[in-house]
Amino acid sequence: MDNLIINQGFPLLSFLIFFPLAGAAVMLFFRDESFARFWTLAITTITALVSIPLVTGFDTTTARFQFVEAHAWIPRFNISYILGIDGISILLVMMTTFIMPFCVLASWRYIKTRVTPFMVCLLIMETSMLGVFMALDFVLFYILWEFMLIPMYLLIAIWGGPRKVYASIKFFLYTLAGSILLLVAIIALYLQNGSFFIPDMMWQNYSQTFQILVFLAFFLAFAIKVPMFPFHTWLPAAHVEAPTAGSVILASILLKMGTYGFLRFCLPITPDATFILAEPILWLSIAGIIYGGFTALAQSDMKKLIAYSSVGHMGFVTLGIFLLNTRGMEGAIMQMINHGVTTGALFLCVGMIYERTHSRELSVAAGVGRYMPWYVTFLVFFSLSSFGFPGTNSFIGEFLVLAGAFDVNVTLALAAIPGAVLAAAYMLRMLQRIVWGGTNNPDQSYLTDLNVREIITLTPFLIFVFWIGLKPQPFLDLMNTSVVALLEQLNTWQQHGVAMNMILQ
Amino acid sequence: MDPVSTATNIIENSNLLLAVIIPLFGSLVVMTLKNHPNLREFVSFSAAMLLLSLVLSFIPAIRAGQTLVYPIFQLLPGLSVTLRADAFSMIFAIVASSLWTIAVFYSMGYMRGSNEHAQTRFNACFALAIFGAIGVALSDNLFTMYLFYEIVSVCTYPLVAHHQDEEGYAGARKYIVYLTTTAKLFLLPAMILIYVMAGTLDFPHNIYTGIIPADAKDWIVVMLYVFCIFGFAKNGVMPFHHWLPGAMVAPTPVSALLHAVAVVKVGVFCTTRTMLYVFGLDTMNMLNLGIPTAYFVGFTIITASVIALTKDNLKARLAYSTVSQLSYIILGVALLTPHAIEGGLIHIVNHAFSKITLFFCAGAIYVAAHKKNISEMSGLGRTMPFTFGAFAVASLSMIGAPPVAGFVSKWYLLVGSMEAHQVGILLILIASTVLNVAYFAPVTYKAFFGKPPAGAAVGIREAPLSMLIPILIAVTVSVIIGIYPNFMMQFVKAVTG
Repeated sequence: MDNLIINQGFPLLSFLIFFPLAGAAVMLFFRDESFARFWTLAITTITALVSIPLVTGFDTTTARFQFVEAHAWIPRFNISYILGIDGISILLVMMTTFIMPFCVLASWRYIKTRVTPFMVCLLIMETSMLGVFMALDFVLFYILWEFMLIPMYLLIAIWGGPRKVYASIKFFLYTLAGSILLLVAIIALYLQNGSFFIPDMMWQNYSQTFQILVFLAFFLAFAIKVPMFPFHTWLPAAHVEAPTAGSVILASILLKMGTYGFLRFCLPITPDATFILAEPILWLSIAGIIYGGFTALAQSDMKKLIAYSSVGHMGFVTLGIFLLNTRGMEGAIMQMINHGVTTGALFLCVGMIYERTHSRELSVAAGVGRYMPWYVTFLVFFSLSSFGFPGTNSFIGEFLVLAGAFDVNVTLALAAIPGAVLAAAYMLRMLQRIVWGGTNNPDQSYLTDLNVREIITLTPFLIFVFWIGLKPQPFLDLMNTSVVALLEQLNTWQQHGVAMNMILQ
Repeated sequence: MDPVSTATNIIENSNLLLAVIIPLFGSLVVMTLKNHPNLREFVSFSAAMLLLSLVLSFIPAIRAGQTLVYPIFQLLPGLSVTLRADAFSMIFAIVASSLWTIAVFYSMGYMRGSNEHAQTRFNACFALAIFGAIGVALSDNLFTMYLFYEIVSVCTYPLVAHHQDEEGYAGARKYIVYLTTTAKLFLLPAMILIYVMAGTLDFPHNIYTGIIPADAKDWIVVMLYVFCIFGFAKNGVMPFHHWLPGAMVAPTPVSALLHAVAVVKVGVFCTTRTMLYVFGLDTMNMLNLGIPTAYFVGFTIITASVIALTKDNLKARLAYSTVSQLSYIILGVALLTPHAIEGGLIHIVNHAFSKITLFFCAGAIYVAAHKKNISEMSGLGRTMPFTFGAFAVASLSMIGAPPVAGFVSKWYLLVGSMEAHQVGILLILIASTVLNVAYFAPVTYKAFFGKPPAGAAVGIREAPLSMLIPILIAVTVSVIIGIYPNFMMQFVKAVTG
């Protein structure tokens, strides 16, 4: 356990996990809707504020897990309750705690029926999402990973749109199918190691066949979650039907669990398989980038458009991860955060239109710029950010990923470029329709511009768009040590492997 | 030029930031003054004057051989948003800021004269376009330049689509599609690859070394070079020039601004900045990139002129004339000899003042006589003598006749092509001059000596004073910089050392 820095004082991570759960439990005793709103807002805000010491107290000089809490849980099977964060997970944890209050705000008027159960679902989601990013025990991880499906399913199935049943079942089945193989892989790893402690499973001499099988099991689970092309078909359906808060959580946080899984499990547990399979995954990422771009270009439903754009953006993330160099990996983590900020904000924007027009069709929203100048101002910045306009957050992410790609293979990097062009195309197309429309726009004189609550909801996202876009260094510093350490270990592993092969020959 | 001595002359100056903020802030203030048109125009005009005086205040330092810099944001090592004023920036900064003052004045007359809608948005976007242009002029590295280049693309979209009719949307769509696609498809990978190879995107302080490392593979450098030429599609080099005639649907002050200052000049400025400061003369000479480029843009010069001949719509003819003239600038720099580079760079200035005059005249004719086509302008010169007089002088500049500005550029270009021993280029320049005469002379000739159609001139008078004054200022400047080219030439000479 030398790679852990045990937390001595206040159990910060446990608090972050259980505080929302406790908040949800309290709500079961109250039926008042207005109380539910304020209570959830308070709980999520406190969680966000309490998570700030994670950043201020984070030691950027070490790649070890920090704030670790370890307790025995089921000693017979060597299952323990271990939480910890490192440079790879800290930003994801922070993003989760900070996005939740805005999800509550976005649901303030949007959710009109069964408000209390909705808020309970949000809080349970927060608990399980934070747990997934913090868990260092595979059983704990898996339980939270699976547990998350239930509130998410409910969010779509109860408060969703007209095809909510289809969408929620599809979401559930896809994710569950991936998870089952994940469980098999976990048990297989346990049988080899006799422990569920994740760091214990890393950098072990498993046979190559074993590694490849475990990798593929991981890959399926995570690729569905990301979602990577061609496992993405559940995403547009789920996004379209989910309520705004559901879409935001889905896009900003849930999708990141797939790419987080790649970084946390695939690379260090099955390094040999990673080297063997990286190349096809890189090209699969390129396919996703291009496919997502073209499909987004063809959408007339705003939510579908953004959902397909997610497929493209997440392609950049997986591209960055499997480049296996510093720029690529840092770019990938950066892009995970950027996608969370930007796409989350875009879903909020679409939700705000939907609340007014009760439609997600571009043709219905054509020309709202005339009546909602503040709204389109926000929308313009988020759209620019989404297609990687220089000076915004996504630019840095894409820049680093592409720079990493050029380091590895010029052809590969050039193949990803059309994705950037397509992103500009579909985003500008959407923007043109919403801000200007055409010569025969529908009558929108009944629309009202954003109210204070909505401006408060969107402003923090805008701050992060430019903060990360113009001053990314502090964010990169948080992850740098962990990324460098991971890549160093991978390199040593590879050289070691080459040396072994030479001896055997 | 001694790189060591210039390196010691780099001085941090926060006024550079101010130069970028003035138009941005001006635009924000304009947006709030929707219900106060007079105050709004006053704010635009004062912002323009303020910017001009600020830019002029840099001159003594630049003349003393200093380079002013101001770092704003450091994104990654070697990747920053940094401003710089050196001799090369000054060429464009002076042009952009002085033409903004004239254009603000003119557009006030035009927009009010023709009762255009959404004048606040128009003024705000106008200022934003200048914000982008001045940012491009003052950028210290490829990334900053790319950032402001993209800002110009986005902020000029509302100007092109101003009329909000089918034609306006179609033209604006073409405009934004061409410009963003080329920037993303060519420029973005080129910039990232250069960053990966060189570890920095900062321009050096001379035109020789560039930033491409010496051990770079030749084919990659050539690819990057081609990407940079096509990536800055605002430079109007064929085959990516279609956006320019398409953008003609915009109100005339926009066309004037686009064609003389904010957009196309941003394109050629970026192209030449990249050729001289990213690749550098050494690399260009070593890989023999110059002469093929010169012939390539020579094709644009001739073809665009021929197309201009066929256009009856005055603005369309001017548009193709712009496509052709822009390539002069790139051609000059591509020849890589000192005189040719000087001829190319000074043409940024000369073409700007003359072309804005021509567009202003086209707008004045439209407001006063509601005529767009050259064939309808017969005899109009007699009712609008000042407008057509200015038009005649400015078109002489386009042709390259002394003593108007264009003569200076053409002189240097011809000398430069002889220095480079390129007879082919010489022939292209001569042929294009003949073509220039062929498409400009008939306009003036018909206006003054053509027979007006019966009863056509009823009620047509000279353009309003608020339009005429900017026209006369612009044309006077065109003549002055033709007779006294040294004021701008000093910066151009400082670039080539």
